[in-house]
Amino acid sequence: MTATLAIDVSELTKSFGTRKVVDKFSIQVPRGQVWGFLGPNGSGKTTTIRMLCGLLLPDSGTGTCLGYDIKSQASEIKRNVGYMTQKFSFYEDLSIRENLDFVARIYEMADRKRVVDQAIERLGLVERQQQLAGTLSGGWKQRLALAACILHRPQLLLLDEPTAGVDPQARREFWDEIHQLAAQGLTVLVSTHYMDEAERCDRIVYLAYGTVLARGTVAEVIEGSTLSTWIVTGSDVRTLAGELHGCEGIDQVSVFGVTLHVSGRDAEKLERAIAPFRARTEFTWEKSSPSLEDVFIHLMAPFRARLTG
Amino acid sequence: MLGVSFARIGAVFLKELIQMRRDRLTFGMIIGIPVLQLVLFGFAINSDPKHLPTAVNVQDPSVYSRTLVRALENSGYFRVTNIVKGEREGAALLASGSVAFVVTVPPEFSRELARGDRPQILIEADASDPAAAANAVAAVAQLPSTVFNRELTGALAPLRSTPPPFEIVVHRRYNPEGISSYNVVPGLIGVILTMTMVLITALAVTREVERGTMENLLAMPLKPFEVMAGKILPYIFMGYIQVTVVLVAARLLFGVPMLGSYFELSIALALFIAANLSIGFTISTIAANQLQAMQMTFFFFLPSILLSGFMFPFRGMPEWAQWIGSILPNTHFMRIVRGVMLKGSHLGDMVADLWPLAAFMLAAMTIALMRYRRTLD
Ligand SMILES: Nc1ncnc2c1ncn2[C@@H]1O[C@H](COP(=O)(O)OP(=O)(O)O)[C@@H](O)[C@H]1O
Ligand SMILES: [Mg+2]
Repeated sequence: MTATLAIDVSELTKSFGTRKVVDKFSIQVPRGQVWGFLGPNGSGKTTTIRMLCGLLLPDSGTGTCLGYDIKSQASEIKRNVGYMTQKFSFYEDLSIRENLDFVARIYEMADRKRVVDQAIERLGLVERQQQLAGTLSGGWKQRLALAACILHRPQLLLLDEPTAGVDPQARREFWDEIHQLAAQGLTVLVSTHYMDEAERCDRIVYLAYGTVLARGTVAEVIEGSTLSTWIVTGSDVRTLAGELHGCEGIDQVSVFGVTLHVSGRDAEKLERAIAPFRARTEFTWEKSSPSLEDVFIHLMAPFRARLTG
Repeated sequence: MLGVSFARIGAVFLKELIQMRRDRLTFGMIIGIPVLQLVLFGFAINSDPKHLPTAVNVQDPSVYSRTLVRALENSGYFRVTNIVKGEREGAALLASGSVAFVVTVPPEFSRELARGDRPQILIEADASDPAAAANAVAAVAQLPSTVFNRELTGALAPLRSTPPPFEIVVHRRYNPEGISSYNVVPGLIGVILTMTMVLITALAVTREVERGTMENLLAMPLKPFEVMAGKILPYIFMGYIQVTVVLVAARLLFGVPMLGSYFELSIALALFIAANLSIGFTISTIAANQLQAMQMTFFFFLPSILLSGFMFPFRGMPEWAQWIGSILPNTHFMRIVRGVMLKGSHLGDMVADLWPLAAFMLAAMTIALMRYRRTLD
């Protein structure tokens, strides 16, 4: 199949019991791109990914993955998609080589031994290939899982929080590899909580409680938020933060070490609110564009109010 | 089935084999359970009942007969409940089951003993409970050479040497050859396989769900039949290992004969093992975790042991119990095993028990395949 879109789904909806977990979800992902999937815990990212690879049947909605219908052609999708689960789901009581060998056998790969050898070499685990997967550290488990999901040379990779709990160095290497794969034409949809990872994606989709709240490039999402942000630098920004909190026109105040991010929906109201504080000489105020994190926290504000209020 | 791949079945098979080998505890259980059950049922449950009611028919009251009766009681197996006059009275007590033994001391016993004529003491045993009779009989075997040591003094002292001064003759009534371990041990093969085979498959699949590896398995292009076949095959081998253990132990510990053919037995075994594994697979599609799988296994195991003719004679059970019993694979397998081992029957003679086994297996497999989840819904 040579559909130009790797993923093309519209209005996917899924409920568990009476609770709607994903509500009318639609995306079109072109081939060869890396898309980030963001949103707080429980917002339906895993459920959506499972629907995309045929592990869950949507209650309603239609769509294709790699040109195959997600409802009726699940087995074709499974052959061509690599899915890395959020929780490590390879066999802890099998060695690294045995796990990879198992996957290669399932996909009936003709050059099984060579493929497994290469994967182990790429991982840099030649010496430890007989080690049980259960004894690997978190970062190594994730790399093994990634190696196992790309073993059968899929065209689409679905990665569910692949770098949760992994150290920065390993995360960076993981992402370098994802971009290498994308450069070879692989399409990647990856869910994450890390802002720096979101910024490495071609497009991001922000999901909250089953609904898409924002989508586009990072710049577009920031632009679309209509949020204004000031960055304050000074010796005691923490005290200042306490004073600014709850002022009319100020929606968010967050401390980042020696700097403070002050944001508001309405640029004019925000400027009026901070005017008295700008007179103080111990702080420098600088108008800036909000960070992705500021935007996401802002997007979640109505939900937080609903949940706590 | 369409598009079934032997390579994928092989992949699952190999994986299970490796996991089985690494799981020392389960592996040990698979060998340990048969041995344990064999010992429990073979020795302990065929227990060693003591103080069995005994009638004595003393036709020659003397110091010897009194010593003899006391010695019987001291052995722990005999409890004199009746003193009878005449054979007929003793036979009636034995027939009604009021006593388990009748001990007869013949007239002229003490005189013949003193003359060195080696008189005979007769013990009639109710062998319908063969285990009970066997132990008691074994216990009196040594009696003749020692029991009268105190009485045989002076001129009679030479009688103390071999051969013993008198003989004990045992007549087994009602079941002259009834050796119960012959009956129990072949039946145990069915019981052991039912328990371990069902449990092991039920756990093997449920474990994948519990450990989260099921999600990965489902995300791969595996058909339900391939998963089932790949998971069942290694345990069929396991089953054969268990049967070998039981057969060897049956031979060495209990001297159970094998009159039929091992080949024919192994064909019936394959059918029976597959039937149990399919039940285990079905359980695993219902159970949410390993504990539930274990509980459901015992739910299936109990009637298999109680209503199959293993614990109680099948014909003696009420009709409803027989009806349930005849659905269970163990009932039919037990008859086949006993037939092949003890009577030397051929499979051709046992079609009546083979087809219910096959039907059960097919039904269980179909249900298991239908219930196997293809998605995480
Ligand atoms: N199989 C299931 N049965 C019932 N509820 C589920 C199931 N899977 C997920 N959920 C619920 O759906 C919501 C979304 O879950 P999930 O898709 O895992 O979110 P995320 O991956 O974004 O954290 C959660 O509240 C979760 O509890
Ligand atoms: Mg998730």
